[in-house]
Amino acid sequence: MAVCVAVIAKENYPLYIRSIPTENELKFHYMVHTSLDVVDEKISAMGKALVDQRELYLGLLYPTEDYKVYPSHQLCRYGYVTNSKVKFVMVVDSSNTALRDNEIRSMFRKLHNSYTDVMCNPFYNPGDRIHSRAFDSMVTSMMIQVC
Amino acid sequence: MEGLTLSDAEQKYYSDLFSYCDIESTKKVAANGRVLELFRAAQLPNDVVLQIMELCGATRLGYFGRSQFYIALKLVAVAQSGFPLRVESINTVKDLPLPRFVASKNEQESRHAASYSSDSENQGSYSGVIPPPPGRGQVKKGSVSHDTVQPRTSADQQEPASPVVSPQQSPPTSPHTWRKHSRHPSGGNSERPLAGPGPFWSPFGEAQSGSSAGDAVWSGHSPPPPQETWVSFADTPPTSTLLTMHPASVQDQTTVRTVASATAANEIRRQSSSYDDPWKITDEQRQYYVNQFKTIQPDLNGFIPGSAAKEFFTKSKLPILELSHIWELSDFDKDGALTLDEFCAAFHLVVARKNGYDLPEKLPESLMPKLIDLEDSADVGDQPGEVGYSGSPAEAPPSKSPSMPSLNQTWPELNQSSEDTAIVHPVPIRMTPSKIHMQEMELKRTGSDHTNPTSPLLVKTSDLSEESKINSSVKFASGNTVADGYSSSDSFTSDPEQIGNNVTHQRSHSGTSPDNTAPPPPPPRPQPSHSRSSSLDMNRTFAVTTGQQQAGVVAHPPAVPPRPQPSQAPGPVVHRPVDADGLITHTSTSPQQIPEQPNFADFSQFEVFAASNVNEEQDDEAEKHPEVLPVEKASDPASSLRVAKTDSKIEEKTAASVPANVSKGTTPLAPPPKPVRRRLKSEDELRPEVDEHTQKTGVLAAVLASQPSIPRSVGKDKKAIQASIRRNKENNTVLARLNSELQQQLKDVLEERISLEVQLEQLRPFSHL
Repeated sequence: MAVCVAVIAKENYPLYIRSIPTENELKFHYMVHTSLDVVDEKISAMGKALVDQRELYLGLLYPTEDYKVYPSHQLCRYGYVTNSKVKFVMVVDSSNTALRDNEIRSMFRKLHNSYTDVMCNPFYNPGDRIHSRAFDSMVTSMMIQVC
Repeated sequence: MEGLTLSDAEQKYYSDLFSYCDIESTKKVAANGRVLELFRAAQLPNDVVLQIMELCGATRLGYFGRSQFYIALKLVAVAQSGFPLRVESINTVKDLPLPRFVASKNEQESRHAASYSSDSENQGSYSGVIPPPPGRGQVKKGSVSHDTVQPRTSADQQEPASPVVSPQQSPPTSPHTWRKHSRHPSGGNSERPLAGPGPFWSPFGEAQSGSSAGDAVWSGHSPPPPQETWVSFADTPPTSTLLTMHPASVQDQTTVRTVASATAANEIRRQSSSYDDPWKITDEQRQYYVNQFKTIQPDLNGFIPGSAAKEFFTKSKLPILELSHIWELSDFDKDGALTLDEFCAAFHLVVARKNGYDLPEKLPESLMPKLIDLEDSADVGDQPGEVGYSGSPAEAPPSKSPSMPSLNQTWPELNQSSEDTAIVHPVPIRMTPSKIHMQEMELKRTGSDHTNPTSPLLVKTSDLSEESKINSSVKFASGNTVADGYSSSDSFTSDPEQIGNNVTHQRSHSGTSPDNTAPPPPPPRPQPSHSRSSSLDMNRTFAVTTGQQQAGVVAHPPAVPPRPQPSQAPGPVVHRPVDADGLITHTSTSPQQIPEQPNFADFSQFEVFAASNVNEEQDDEAEKHPEVLPVEKASDPASSLRVAKTDSKIEEKTAASVPANVSKGTTPLAPPPKPVRRRLKSEDELRPEVDEHTQKTGVLAAVLASQPSIPRSVGKDKKAIQASIRRNKENNTVLARLNSELQQQLKDVLEERISLEVQLEQLRPFSHL
C-alpha cells in the first residue's frame, strides 16, 4: 500500500521518487523532504560504528497524519537507510489495512535489492536518477499490490 | 562537358562517392587512385574505364573534379547498365541505376573509412534535404548518427530521423557494414526487394540498393578479421532471400551508410526478421558475437566485466539510457558481468535497437541464456570460480568471484562479509544464470553465517580426537577457543603424561562441544606447536641429562609398559570413574588442552621417573590424588585438566608400580611426577587458578596416600631420590618457562579472538541484507 516511494541519495537529493496519486505529487515530495530530517536524526543517534541490519530499517519516521485530500487516509512514513547513506522513504496508506512491520521491512528489502541491481549496471552512474525499468516495475508492484 | 542532371538519389550517391574519393578533403578533386579503385570496383573492362575517364574529361584535366567525377559515375552506371558509353548517354538514359561497385574495393574503403567519415560528415545530412527513399536518405553521414535503415514496412521515406544510430567505430557495427557490403556485391544487387520504396527507388530497383550498399561500405571500420568473416558468410545466399521476405530489409539495402555499421546491422536485422522470432540470433550473428566476445575476453567461459562491456557498447552510440536497459535485460544473473550468452543477447539487442527495433520489456526467450543448465548450477561456461568479481570480494573480471560456499570454506573465520559483498559487489559470486542458481544466490544472501562457525569447529574436533589418539604431545588442539590454550597452560602445572593423555582425550571431547555462537576459532596456530616442540626439545634434553629413558613424547605410552596407557583416551576414563567427571568437565572446557600438551611432552620423562622413583612420590601422589579428585569435580577447566593430568599420572604410577592399585579408579601417580606436581602446584598458586589446582594436587596426593601402597616408592635409594628430585626441579624450571610462554600465547590468542569477534559483529549485519 505504498503510495509513495522515494530513493534519496547521500547528499539528500532524490534519485527516484514516485507516488501513486499523481495529482498530489508535490505534497508527497514535500512529505519525503521533511522526513529526511527525521532520518538524519535517527542516523546520527546511532553513533556506534557497527551498523547492524536492524539499524538499516528506521521504522516509522513520523506519526501518522491525515491525508488532506482524503481525510480517511492515514499516511505513515517509513525510513530505511543503507550503509552508503542512501535513504529509502516510503509513504504508506494505512487506512485500508495496517501493514505489519515485517511487511514494511520486506518491502524495504526488495527496494534495497533492486537498488543494488541498479548499481550493478555499469551504465548507471551513481548519482544519476534511476531510470531502470526493472526498478520501476518493482516499485509499481509494491505500490499496486496494496492499492 | 554537357550539363549533368542528376536525380536526388544520384546526387547523394555521387556526393558520397566523391567524398570517399576525396581523401584529401579538398572537396573538389577526387583522388585519382581512389577513383581508379572505384572504377575497378565497378567491374568494368579496362577499356571502358578508360573511355569513361576520357569522356568525363578527367584525362583532359588530369584530375577528377567533382563534375568530372559525377559524370564518370554516371557513365559507369551507363556502362553497367549496358548502354553504350557516350557523353550524351549520361543525360539521355533515363532511370539509370546507380553505378555499382564491387566489394573488392570495400576493404580499401573501409580502411579509409575514417577519413571518409569525416568527409561524409561534412557532406552533411542529405536526409533532410531530400525526401529520400528508404535507406537512400541515410546518406547522412553525421558522425552522431549513422542511420540504419529502419525496418519500415511502409514506404516511409522520412528515414533520416531514424533514431537508430549505427556506431561509427564500434567493432560490432563495422562488421555489420562490412557484412552488408560484402553481401551486396555477392548478390544483393538484384535481389533486394524494395517493399515500399519511394518513387525514387522504383526505377532503381535493387541495383540501387546494391550500389548504395557499396557506398555504405566506405564507412567500414571493421577490423580485418571480422571483415573477412563477414565477407565469408556474407556470400551466403540466404541473406538475400531473407531480405526478400522482409519488407523492412529493403531499407537496409537502400541505406547508404557512410560510416561503420549500419549495413551489417541491417543485414542482421534482416536475417533476424526473416525468422518468425525477430529476436532469434542467427548462426552468423552468433559467430560474430562470439568473435567480438573473444576480443574482450579470450576465454569463452569467462566473463566480461561491467566496465569493459560498458566501453564496448558505448561505442554503439546508443543512448546511455537504452544501453542501461539493454544491460538490465541481458545481465541475467545480475552479477555485473556478462557471460558469452549474456553478451550475445546484449549485442543482439544493441543491433536490433540500432535497426530500429524497440527494446523489449522482458528478455525474449530466444535471447535467454541457453547454456545454463537450469538444474545444474555448474554451468558450462558460466561458472567461474571467481569471487572477485566482484570487486568486492570478487570482481575479478575473467574469473568471477568464487561461489559463496567456496569462499566461506576457504575463509572460515569471517565469511559473512562475502555475503554482503555479493549484494553490493558485482562479482562476488559467479553463478549460472539459472533460476535455481539465483535462488541459491538469494539464499546465500540471506545468510548462511551459521555454517561458518560450526564447520571449522567440527573440523577441529576431528583433528583433536585424532590428535589425542595419536597421543602426540606436540599437537595442541589449537584450541577451538582461546580458553583452550588458557586452560592448557594451567594444566601445565599438573602431572605430566597421564594428565596430558587425559588432556588430549579431553581435548577431543572439548572439541566436540564447541561454542557455536562464538566466532569460528582461528586455524590451528603453529606457535603452540612450536612452543611444544621447544618443550619437546627440552624434554629430550632432559632425557639426555637425566639419563632417563627418553621415550620421547610419542613414545610415552611405550615408556611405561606396565602402566595402562594413559595416552589412550578411554584409559583414564575407564580407570578413573572419579576422574570421569573431571574429564567431562574437561570436555566442556577445552581451552586448557593446549597448554596441557607441553606438559604432556614433559611428562613422559616423569613416567620414567615414576618407574624409577616410587617411594618419595608416594606421599606426594597421595596428597595429590585427593587434590585431583576435587579438581575433577571442579568446573574449572584448568583444574579439570589438571585433574586429568594427575589422573594420568596416577594411572601411570599405578601401572608402573602397582597395577593393582587402580583401586578407587585412581592410578597411583609416578613418584617422579610428585615433586613436579608440587612444584607446579606452587606455580599454580601464583595464578588465579592456582588455588584450585593446589587443592587438586593435594587431593591427588591424598588419594595417592590413601592407596594401599606403592611398593615401588618404598624401596628407593635415597640417592636416587635426590637425583630424581634434582631432575624434577630442573624439569620444573623448564616447565615454568614453558608455562610463561604459553601464557603469552594465550594472551595473544585472546586478543585475536576479541578482534575477530569485533569483526564478526561488524560484518554480521551484512548477512541480513
